[in-house]
Amino acid sequence: MPEIGVIGAGVMGVGVAQNLAQCGFDVVLVDRDEEVLANARAAIARNCRMSALMGGPALDADAVLARITTAQGADAVAKSEIVIENITENWEAKRALHAELDQVCGPEVVIIANTSAIPITRIASVGAHPERVVGVHFMNPVPAKPVVELIPGVHTAPDTVRRTRELLEAMGKRAVEAKDASGFISNRVLMLTVNEAAFLVYEGVATAEAVDEVFRGCFGHPMGPLETADLIGVDTILYSVEVLYEHFADSKYRPCPLLKQMTDAGLHGRKSGRGFYTYN
Amino acid sequence: MLDTTAGKISAFIAHRFPKATITDADDIFSLGFINSLFAMELVMFLEKEFGITLPNNELVIDNFRTVTRMAELVGRLRPEPAAV
Repeated sequence: MPEIGVIGAGVMGVGVAQNLAQCGFDVVLVDRDEEVLANARAAIARNCRMSALMGGPALDADAVLARITTAQGADAVAKSEIVIENITENWEAKRALHAELDQVCGPEVVIIANTSAIPITRIASVGAHPERVVGVHFMNPVPAKPVVELIPGVHTAPDTVRRTRELLEAMGKRAVEAKDASGFISNRVLMLTVNEAAFLVYEGVATAEAVDEVFRGCFGHPMGPLETADLIGVDTILYSVEVLYEHFADSKYRPCPLLKQMTDAGLHGRKSGRGFYTYN
Repeated sequence: MLDTTAGKISAFIAHRFPKATITDADDIFSLGFINSLFAMELVMFLEKEFGITLPNNELVIDNFRTVTRMAELVGRLRPEPAAV
């Protein structure tokens, strides 16, 4: 199996690396921070252990981890056929890394940017080979989610899309293609839904529990929009809505003031112990 | 009730889903309460509360479907001390 480079060992990078290793790929998982890499290995071991209980396959954590090499510094992916970048959704950080990848990776290497917010065409413009850059929006937790969004930029070559589809298929994913517009399909709709749900609470129309119950009970969603906001992080939701607002310059994306206040107050959801709900 | 293994597990679930009425025999997976996050919380709760480590081959949905099954799982791994 070809070696795949995975850059960024946060939640998404960990999920991508595990998914690849589960499917037999050799993976080089890269981060700047040694501690993050150690935590990533522990997280993958834990996720493998829980896999069967979550409805996934029974996994041998040692076998999965044996296919993953960790390394610091982007030059560790020099031999990878495909590189998947999963660093933080910050344009300056992405710009710097993609400039480096353009030097480290040969022109035949496909570079996949895992993003939910930043335009692929802008990311591709950083290097000398925009035709080999493509966007994939993986969902969290990556190994458990069967569908991804696939986003070619303006200059992305058909061969890049083909190779990316092949990789995704080997990872057990179905790819839904969308054009390169901020938020693609999922975040464009989901973030507005969460934002409007926050307005309902802000205006006193309904409680968070009532909003979520309607989505679960009436539409069969496994989680309501405000539970989802707590899971993703209220601060992340606000950031994503702001990105849409800035990108389209359309007032329909104006962020709910409650999201801003909760973000200022540190009520970021599950990760901070309290958001729309309180956690232990 | 609350001192028993089943009682403690039941209380943990009731605390997280205060509006739900769940008996010890209800399949909490089929009732729609369980998502993957809560499944993980349950595992962490059982291991911490009862001082056990769940072996990988026990981490299957069937062991977690009902309060009774979870109590049986805990009982297999940590026999309850005899009543004084």
